Amino acid sequence: MDTQSYLPVQPGVGMEENFLSLDDILLSQERLPARTECAFPRLGFLEKSTDNPDIVEGTKMELPLWLSKGLYDRKRRVLSVELPKVYREGWRTVFNADPNVVDLHKMGPYYYGLGSQMLHFDCPENTEIGQTLLQTFIGRFRRNMDSSQNAYNEDTSALVERLDTLEKALFRSGQSGLNSFQSWEKGQASQITASALVLNYRKRKITDMQQ
Amino acid sequence: MSDGQLPAFSEDGLRQVLQEMESLFEQNQADVNEAKVGGRADLIPSIKLRHCCLLRNQRCILAYLYDRLLRIRALRWEYGSVLPATVRFHMSAEELTWFSQYKKSLASFMRSVGGAEGLDITQDMKPPKSLYIQVRCLKDHGEFEIDDGTVVLLKKNSQVREQEERTASGEKTGSGHPDVRPFCPQHFLPRWKCEQLIRQGVLEHVLS
Repeated sequence: MDTQSYLPVQPGVGMEENFLSLDDILLSQERLPARTECAFPRLGFLEKSTDNPDIVEGTKMELPLWLSKGLYDRKRRVLSVELPKVYREGWRTVFNADPNVVDLHKMGPYYYGLGSQMLHFDCPENTEIGQTLLQTFIGRFRRNMDSSQNAYNEDTSALVERLDTLEKALFRSGQSGLNSFQSWEKGQASQITASALVLNYRKRKITDMQQ
Repeated sequence: MSDGQLPAFSEDGLRQVLQEMESLFEQNQADVNEAKVGGRADLIPSIKLRHCCLLRNQRCILAYLYDRLLRIRALRWEYGSVLPATVRFHMSAEELTWFSQYKKSLASFMRSVGGAEGLDITQDMKPPKSLYIQVRCLKDHGEFEIDDGTVVLLKKNSQVREQEERTASGEKTGSGHPDVRPFCPQHFLPRWKCEQLIRQGVLEHVLS
């Protein structure tokens, strides 16, 4: 097994985010269409279309997820969040029809992550969104697993480019399992190898010196 | 940077974020006073928004610092206790302190385990099959002394030698020794001595 010394904080599962996870921080940077239900005085500089010093009630803005989550209140006096296109009725029928065809990387690289986070805002379609996310994942899982377990020593960019970040992480761990197994079969499991980290530092130093 | 590399510490970035947090906080202080004293409850949503920004900045800074510590910790396990200067250059003063304290904690833990001598848990990362291993030398590394007293000169394309003369820095002496032969550059050395050097890319473990 290729022992990993650098173990970054993993992204959270489902509706929870991990505070220190860099992946979750990038996920919460995604923008959502939202509508303000009250005025925000003195913050007009955030809204570039008007010169108003305040943000008026009823303004439509694109807010990042972290801000929407922070400001959202169940009593709905502050903000109302709309679903991004990918989670609405139209796209949901496409996903239900054939999940394998869709390019999830283009549909926002964090399709599953953002979809799970949308459940924080009480939209009426929450149950359907949850269902669609689950069914899409199940539908695509078989093909992803097969390709990650069988693509040995080849260029996987064609396989990986239509996957969302969650699927990419699963693909990578499948590949690392496959590579470890193959090296064990060849009897290389007990061979001490140079640390990948050290080799990368060397390579970077050489390229730095060449510049 | 998902491969675990440690980039340079971004002092500027950190300073900018802290400055932004200060100005947000001051604006909020002013608005809170005005809301309380002047009765302007409509300022509260703006205060909340700035507060969300402050929390976000705090989260980003903490995640940045924590991730760097995880990378530095990995360096102890991959490189050993002495870091090359290029890597040390990328660390802030506090990170260097943290690294030396981590080294100390790890060392005292290793001493406490495994009886009188302690146990070096950074060795044998892969299950060992034998006491002695065959290694090929990839880079010049100078002299290498084994426990029974023999001194081996680790040089690309050299044979096992004994009792070589040292230079002041312990490095290899200059250009070619008279009987350097370009073939058979392999040595048969004790595993525990070589493991560090193999992980650092100086030697190569040869399976026969």
